[in-house]
Amino acid sequence: MRRYGDFDLAEDAVQEALLTAATQWPRDGMPEKPRGWLVQTASRRLIDQWRSDRSRRDREERVALQELPTQETSDQDDTLTVLLMCCHPALTPASAIALTLRAVGGLTTAEIASAFLVDEATMAQRISRAKRTIKDSDEPFRVPTDDERPARLRLVLHVLYLVFNEGYTSTAGRELHRAELSGDAIRMTRMVHRLLPDDGEVAGLLGLMLLIDARRPARTTADGDLVPLAEQDRTLWNRVQIAEGAAILAGAMGRPPLGEYRIQAAIAAVHDRAARAEDTDWTQILALYGLLEQLTDNPVVTLNRAVATGMVEGPTAGLAVLDSLDEQLAGHYRLDAVRAHLLEMAGDTEGAFEHYRMAAARTTSLPEQRYLSMKAARLRQEESEPPVSE
Amino acid sequence: MARYLLGITFEGGVVDTPMEQWKPEEIQEHLDYYRELSQELRESGELVQSEILTGPDLAKIVTSDGTTPLVTDGPFQEFKEWLAGFQLFDVESEERALEIAARLSAVPGPAGVPTQQPVQVRRVMDERISDTEGMREYLETAAGAS
Repeated sequence: MRRYGDFDLAEDAVQEALLTAATQWPRDGMPEKPRGWLVQTASRRLIDQWRSDRSRRDREERVALQELPTQETSDQDDTLTVLLMCCHPALTPASAIALTLRAVGGLTTAEIASAFLVDEATMAQRISRAKRTIKDSDEPFRVPTDDERPARLRLVLHVLYLVFNEGYTSTAGRELHRAELSGDAIRMTRMVHRLLPDDGEVAGLLGLMLLIDARRPARTTADGDLVPLAEQDRTLWNRVQIAEGAAILAGAMGRPPLGEYRIQAAIAAVHDRAARAEDTDWTQILALYGLLEQLTDNPVVTLNRAVATGMVEGPTAGLAVLDSLDEQLAGHYRLDAVRAHLLEMAGDTEGAFEHYRMAAARTTSLPEQRYLSMKAARLRQEESEPPVSE
Repeated sequence: MARYLLGITFEGGVVDTPMEQWKPEEIQEHLDYYRELSQELRESGELVQSEILTGPDLAKIVTSDGTTPLVTDGPFQEFKEWLAGFQLFDVESEERALEIAARLSAVPGPAGVPTQQPVQVRRVMDERISDTEGMREYLETAAGAS
């Protein structure tokens, strides 16, 4: 960093280098000295930036000021306008999701109701209430002004991300319509990306969705039980979709803004390109979580960094990172689950059992509860039986 | 968005008088309060289902060892502990569920005094991974269920 004296610029350059690494390594093979390579790449990027004589800030401002495509040009442009209007700041996320799926996603009220496991009349109420909320707000249905547009676009991406997660985090089979939500989210995000190809976060979100969704065929058993990432049959992953996601991510390089979606996509890309779980480049993941932590105060990011730290520097170092979260995440099952995981790595079977048990009692998700209870039960069994090498 | 069951038992709160001994207008006020609240929460799209259960007198307890089921009248628990009714809500947050529970508990009894009936607030477990935002990330790194 000190090499160039301009901290902001240098930091940007390192970020770009890390993201370049996340997208380029699969194609070019792993460099022999990653750290040296990163510094070199960062320097090169910094010089590129000076040469082109335009700072990130200038570019961000330009994008922020970019005109909204005129409404008349095509149906798709209309769709973007409607999307921007649906994701109104006066709405709760749940209402914005319902309205977006109805108005932009083209789903019927019955389909949306089925995805959210409520009856059609209830969902109809929610949608009409959302419309009324926008109508009654200080700023009713209208195209957002140029000033409002960047912030509104962030809201749109957030809503699309939530729709995707609604679909992705459901288990397949029982809740078919819910699972289809991921496809709807990808479709709508693709459309936004086509209209705003220069926006780094739009590209980042689309890349993230594709890279994550590609694992769908491997993430549930025939019985519908969830399979942990480390145990998934990676040959089942959708390689075409991974390649597309990685290409979109690579294409977003150097396009502002650099935000959470792009970094998360880079993390997903690192996972996706490991042929086996043990090939995962945790050093790179740790660096990316470090970046993400600078952008968000979400304690879950720190939780993830603790796990990555455990993988790179050992469980004791990971557990030390967790200590900083005791206050923020007190009583949250995720903290217990990660602590259990790291204690298990450290060989503290008794402590790991206790924390898996606590995590299982505190989660609101049945698949997680089954998974965590099973982890606890296995530890108990190992304790009572002579150790078997795996 | 999370689903909560708000359950009311036969525990009467601060009111000891059985409803049969209330004045008709007090019963009316009590029922109107529930009706208006339900109407409001249905319009907000939060109320999913609302049920009142028959009393413990009609309850049966079933046990089985896999061959001969045994059906008894019960109840084996305290009368007051039996569930009297429940409502299902889809709400944005636990805070919102607690807010609705507080309004249910404040239902007026004799002389318009809030009954302060205890309301159980129970989050419904679902097949989804909890806490959709952020959870996926954790599961990826922790080698959990992803």
